[in-house]
Amino acid sequence: MMMVPPRTHVSYELKDDVAVIRLNDPTSKVNTLSVQMQAELTEVMGEVWSNGAVKSAVFISTKPGCFIAGADINMIQACKSSEEVTSLSREGQKMFEKIEKSPIPIVAAINGSCLGGGLEFAIACQYRVATKSRKTILGTPEVMLGLLPGAGGTQRLPKMVGLPGAFDMMLTGRNIRADKAKKMGLVHQLVDPLGPGLKPAEERTIEYLEEVAVGVAKGIANKKVSLTKEKGFMQKLQDTVMGLGPVRKQIYKTVSDKVQKQTKGLYPAPVKIIESIQAGVEQGGEAGYVAEATNFGKLAMTSESRALIGLYQGQVICKKNHYGTPEKEVKKLAILGAGLMGAGIAQVSVDKGLTTILKDTAVDGISRGEQQVYKGLNDKVKKKALTSFARDTILSNLSAQLDYSSFKSADMVIEAVFEDINIKHKVLKEVEAVIPPHCIFASNTSALPIKDIAAASKRPEKVIGMHYFSPVDKMQLLEIITTDKTSKDTTASAVSVGLKQGKIIIVVGDGPGFYTTRCLAPMLAEAVRVLQEGVGPKRLDALTTSFGFPVGAATLADEVGIDVAAHVAEDLGKAFGSRFGGGNVDVLKTMVEKGFKGRKSGKGCYIYGKGKKDKSVNPDAEEILKKYKLAAHPAISTDSDIQYRLVSRFVNEAVLCLQENILRNPVEGDIGAVFGLGFPPCLGGPFRFVDSFGAERLVGIMKRFEDIYGNQFTPCQLLLDHAKNPSKKFHK
Amino acid sequence: KVLSIQTKSKKTLARPNVKNIVLVEGVRTPFLLSGTTYSDLMPHDLARAALQGLLHRTAIPKDVVDYIIYGTVIQEVKTSNVAREAALGAGFSDKIPSHTVTMACISSNQAMTSAVGLIAAGQCDAVVAGGVEFMSDVPIRHSRKMRKTMLSLNKAKTLGQRLSLLGSIRLAHLSPELPAVAEFSTSETMGHSADRLAAAFGVSRVEQDEFALRSHSLAKKAQDAGLLQDVISFKVPGRDIVSQDNGIRPSSMEQMAKLKPAFIKPHGTVTAANSSFLTDGASAVLIMSEEKALAMGYKPKAYLRDFVYVSQDPKDQLLLGPTYGTPKVLERAGLTMSDIDVFEFHEAFAGQIMANLKAMDSDWFAQTYMGRKSKVGTPPMDKFNLWGGSLSLGHPFGATGCRLVTTVAHRLQKEGGQYGLVAACAAGGQVSDTHVQHSLVVPAMIAFCTYAKHLYEL
Repeated sequence: MMMVPPRTHVSYELKDDVAVIRLNDPTSKVNTLSVQMQAELTEVMGEVWSNGAVKSAVFISTKPGCFIAGADINMIQACKSSEEVTSLSREGQKMFEKIEKSPIPIVAAINGSCLGGGLEFAIACQYRVATKSRKTILGTPEVMLGLLPGAGGTQRLPKMVGLPGAFDMMLTGRNIRADKAKKMGLVHQLVDPLGPGLKPAEERTIEYLEEVAVGVAKGIANKKVSLTKEKGFMQKLQDTVMGLGPVRKQIYKTVSDKVQKQTKGLYPAPVKIIESIQAGVEQGGEAGYVAEATNFGKLAMTSESRALIGLYQGQVICKKNHYGTPEKEVKKLAILGAGLMGAGIAQVSVDKGLTTILKDTAVDGISRGEQQVYKGLNDKVKKKALTSFARDTILSNLSAQLDYSSFKSADMVIEAVFEDINIKHKVLKEVEAVIPPHCIFASNTSALPIKDIAAASKRPEKVIGMHYFSPVDKMQLLEIITTDKTSKDTTASAVSVGLKQGKIIIVVGDGPGFYTTRCLAPMLAEAVRVLQEGVGPKRLDALTTSFGFPVGAATLADEVGIDVAAHVAEDLGKAFGSRFGGGNVDVLKTMVEKGFKGRKSGKGCYIYGKGKKDKSVNPDAEEILKKYKLAAHPAISTDSDIQYRLVSRFVNEAVLCLQENILRNPVEGDIGAVFGLGFPPCLGGPFRFVDSFGAERLVGIMKRFEDIYGNQFTPCQLLLDHAKNPSKKFHK
Repeated sequence: KVLSIQTKSKKTLARPNVKNIVLVEGVRTPFLLSGTTYSDLMPHDLARAALQGLLHRTAIPKDVVDYIIYGTVIQEVKTSNVAREAALGAGFSDKIPSHTVTMACISSNQAMTSAVGLIAAGQCDAVVAGGVEFMSDVPIRHSRKMRKTMLSLNKAKTLGQRLSLLGSIRLAHLSPELPAVAEFSTSETMGHSADRLAAAFGVSRVEQDEFALRSHSLAKKAQDAGLLQDVISFKVPGRDIVSQDNGIRPSSMEQMAKLKPAFIKPHGTVTAANSSFLTDGASAVLIMSEEKALAMGYKPKAYLRDFVYVSQDPKDQLLLGPTYGTPKVLERAGLTMSDIDVFEFHEAFAGQIMANLKAMDSDWFAQTYMGRKSKVGTPPMDKFNLWGGSLSLGHPFGATGCRLVTTVAHRLQKEGGQYGLVAACAAGGQVSDTHVQHSLVVPAMIAFCTYAKHLYEL
């Protein structure tokens, strides 16, 4: 006799004639459709279907905050060929088809994340009840991993939410909250989350959800609850219009054009999603399922998908504190300087419950800063992501002031004052005179070495760098810089605050420009040279965006600020010498002199109008470029050469940072480049780019440039090592 | 006779150096479903009726009262200090200062405890407290945009300016603004919150319907037996004399089961039948220092001994005030639940009462949320709301508190008890579509009464 292993992930019990099937993966914080989960589900469903006493069923997760978070990525990553992935997809499709065609009605009771494969599972059921909890989100995020919903999602969603809705969901991968899902027709019924009762709130909420779902299941079984919804006039109208072939054709075309425009053809997944949906709608179910599975297999083997999955996994790593729990939790934060940065840091701090002081030297400054924080929060109110009451409560955590009063109870001070070492020293001394001994002093600088700032400190072990990116509430990255003297506890505190602020964090060593600014500087120097060689800002932007950068190099310079760029170029130029040369710094300086400081001054490479997209090339800037004109070398000035000139300097500098131990590992290098500087996500970051592009090939290209421009293109030793030995990879 | 009562009586709660404060009398107008006989009145008319009833019952000289305080929730803007308008209209001396308080469904509790405070502080000796709510007419405003335009119109100097302002009015300007249906801080209606609360404590629909039926049956019995002595007759101008509550309607479980949920659809449990309804009504009490009352020859009905206000999270615990407040006030007085002879709890929703009873009966709740070692304990049902409650008698938000306290005094008298306890949960009073809602609450109020029979029947 064979021993049947006990089931650990799926259990079920009968409540009257309703089979309540409960999911919970005991080995993980979230439920995924792992091999084990699928096997147990199949087994349980077999038992349920063969039990004549069962008239209906309910699927529910007993794991707090999670229904099913998706398929198990490891399962896909373990596959060696696209055929293997395709057959995985076929199996998933078949399993869900059985559920769709179940002889008894099945209700999915959803609390928490219902994503990817989890959503495909839920939409195969006959009815869906979801809690209105903030944690309940539905969505198909596969596209963000370079994949598509491969278990029937591309086939069922268009029928459920209509063609436009399905495209929107699958092409953006965005999360949908329960109330929106109800409006879209993705779920049938909503259940309110409960407060404290005779059990912990969430436990009771899940129990309540189950009670409601069991009631609905019984209702469907005895025909008291109807599965077909009376369609409204607009719905009928939409169905009629969508029934017309030419209309659908126009939709496919519009969507494809839009995708092409946004992805520049660099991301294959959206195209395959459209293909799979189209196959199902136009040629019928079977063709659709085949297209879905085949395309899923193909996508899983693309370098883009690997890059995106790598970023996803890297991001998970960078959202953890690897430095332990700080001795004293930071509860009160003081920020010096209420400029764009300071106020931005304040905004992401107050809304996480940190008591925050925003200090500036002028009333105008704090007024502007407070308004920025208010506006940031109020915009969320307008989008209904926040109630006005919650906004007011959050704002009560903020105190804007001109003096150092109550700094004596601050746990951490972040300075965001002007980038000048003398000013930084001055505030450091002022602050150290008033703060308690445990208080940490963090500097938000983008290029000044932290050890130079710490030189003025009485307690350098409490000094650390926290480099935020502008706009702080939108940019996810935080680069933390430690010196030789920074204590581990100080680092742990800084990471802990950053995580609280919702940041993805890399921790790097000290040096001019740290990691991110140091990588960006040579690329911008090259961009200036390219401009001097007569490539206009528009063409430069087109070349960079078509390589995958979300923002073109000229626009990026305007966004960063030409004055900042000039400052950084000069500082780093001094520190690193001719290797950081290329374009002439005087171009930038002249622009600054004429007031072309970039977007903030209304003029930079471009002239900015009132509208967001309203910009035209600044003719005066072009005049300056003409003055500093350089002759282009025809041997290395094709579009592709220009792209590689820009990218190779960036990548080489990143690898050099790893070689010099500024970076601790390639994962943080990739995350920092993508989330802080907009390195093309489809390439997965500079290190993954070297792995997939080939170090040898990159070195070859760089040598060509080196012959003409010299040491700016000399590959670093670590890159050469990888070029020599192709089995060496940054990512395993 | 005196002896026999004294042997029954427990210890006195009088404290050294604290003035004894007494309830001399309490009255109320009949509580009517809004939109019925009172529909053409104004709020101060109802308050006036209650005050005149009190004057009549107590025969107190109109200039002896030192102060008048009224509670109300939805304010009529023309009579925002409704206490003053009603006092003048009822014939009280115009030398008596009056003010109006608001604290959702415990507004008249606040009026009474303010009175207690004034007397305890030595400011006053005789204070009239009361409450009024008039839901037959509520202030409905122009939209903010329209109001802004109209206010600018006042300042416009030339015809051209006026015309351009008038021209800026769009259709959207004309949509009126109703008193908020939802709580300001959470955007949740009271009924919705009550339904969630019932679900959190696993209160079933049947339990709620049973409790509502109990309330209506007991109220009917009390009405028929003439126990509701606090109700005064009121001649409504142009209409008949009204002399009893009109919301008491004992039904059957079967009929109640037919109703659909009123707030959470389709699976909710709170219905029109197990919620209190929108009510018009007013109440008034005369509170005095014991010294003064005795000097004027009154036989006070009860001592007002102590009170406590508590607040909780307005989202998930807003109707749980009685659970938090009851043990606090008992501890202050050095009593236990079993010492109390009469309980009067405000019944906003049957589900809310049942949830509170379950919370009070739970060690886990007491330990997890109240920092107590063990559960609060539940009031015995044979002492609980025996003459009906807000579910059946009606719930004019601002007026209910005085009804509860007067009822405790009358029940102590009738049932021969010594200690009574009042508890009410409150909210920012709001209106909803069909049925009542007091919306959200935060604070709950507990007043303490001890019956004074053994003293004054000498």
